Amino acid sequence: MDVLIVDDSAAIRKILQRVLRQADVPIGAVFEAADGVEALATLKANPVGLILSDINMPNMDGLQFLTKVRAIPEWKSVPILMITTEGSQDKVMEAVQLGASGYVRKPFTAEQIKEKLAGLF
Amino acid sequence: MSIDHDLLTKTVRESTAEVFSTMLGIELEQGEAFVTKSPAAAGDGVLAFIGLAGRWVGTGSVSVSGALACHLSSRFLTSDYRSVDDDVLDAMGELTNMIIGNVKTTLEESLGPMGLTIPTVIYGRNFTSRTLGTQEGTKVLFHMNGERMEIHVCLALNRDNVRLRPSFNVQSLLMH
Repeated sequence: MDVLIVDDSAAIRKILQRVLRQADVPIGAVFEAADGVEALATLKANPVGLILSDINMPNMDGLQFLTKVRAIPEWKSVPILMITTEGSQDKVMEAVQLGASGYVRKPFTAEQIKEKLAGLF
Repeated sequence: MSIDHDLLTKTVRESTAEVFSTMLGIELEQGEAFVTKSPAAAGDGVLAFIGLAGRWVGTGSVSVSGALACHLSSRFLTSDYRSVDDDVLDAMGELTNMIIGNVKTTLEESLGPMGLTIPTVIYGRNFTSRTLGTQEGTKVLFHMNGERMEIHVCLALNRDNVRLRPSFNVQSLLMH
């Protein structure tokens, strides 16, 4: 399964890539994007089976990206895990209402990500 | 109405301890905390800061020496960094995002919703930073490997969300 990681921090993209490789989920190619605009362009060229996305990003934030992805029928069922410092209950609810499949608050442990992934597949 | 500095200090200490133990596997030694109105003394190293905006507005920043930034980034990314480069600046920006982001989430319970800006990171020598205005800020110190990390949060009540600026009468200028 190919994966798209969307985060404006290259450090987080690197850490998440490492965690994905250790998880009990078969991972193929991992694509990266620094914001929602880049992520949509990447998705059009490379359909994936899982998306991990931050919320607070420039150009197009994670909630706008989530809305756009869910509006496209072929991407409606792709699992999207939000991984973000935005920990308020309002943001969590908003993400879930927009179609997020799960939510992990930063800071996170590798185990937390792996548990969430296991729950998605 | 002013900020409760004891609550802010406690929140910064808890958030920082959580980020360091979870992401870096490091238990930090707590240092003193104090309220300050004066700008930071000129210093060297890495300064990462994030803006906060809502009913309360201000900034949160983390500053460390270049050597400590390299050490923290090495732990964060499980690589060996010996000099400050793009990876180190990015790692310091993300650590700051997590610390100040979690401070924000806790403070929102008492201060109302706030937004976070994207982190900005500066690396240099003999530079000074200051938040404009006269409000007090809370500075919280931590120690590690004989080095010091400073976290500074400065928040003030946003009395009017849109502040009109005095403007020239352009028409009168054009007529002469």
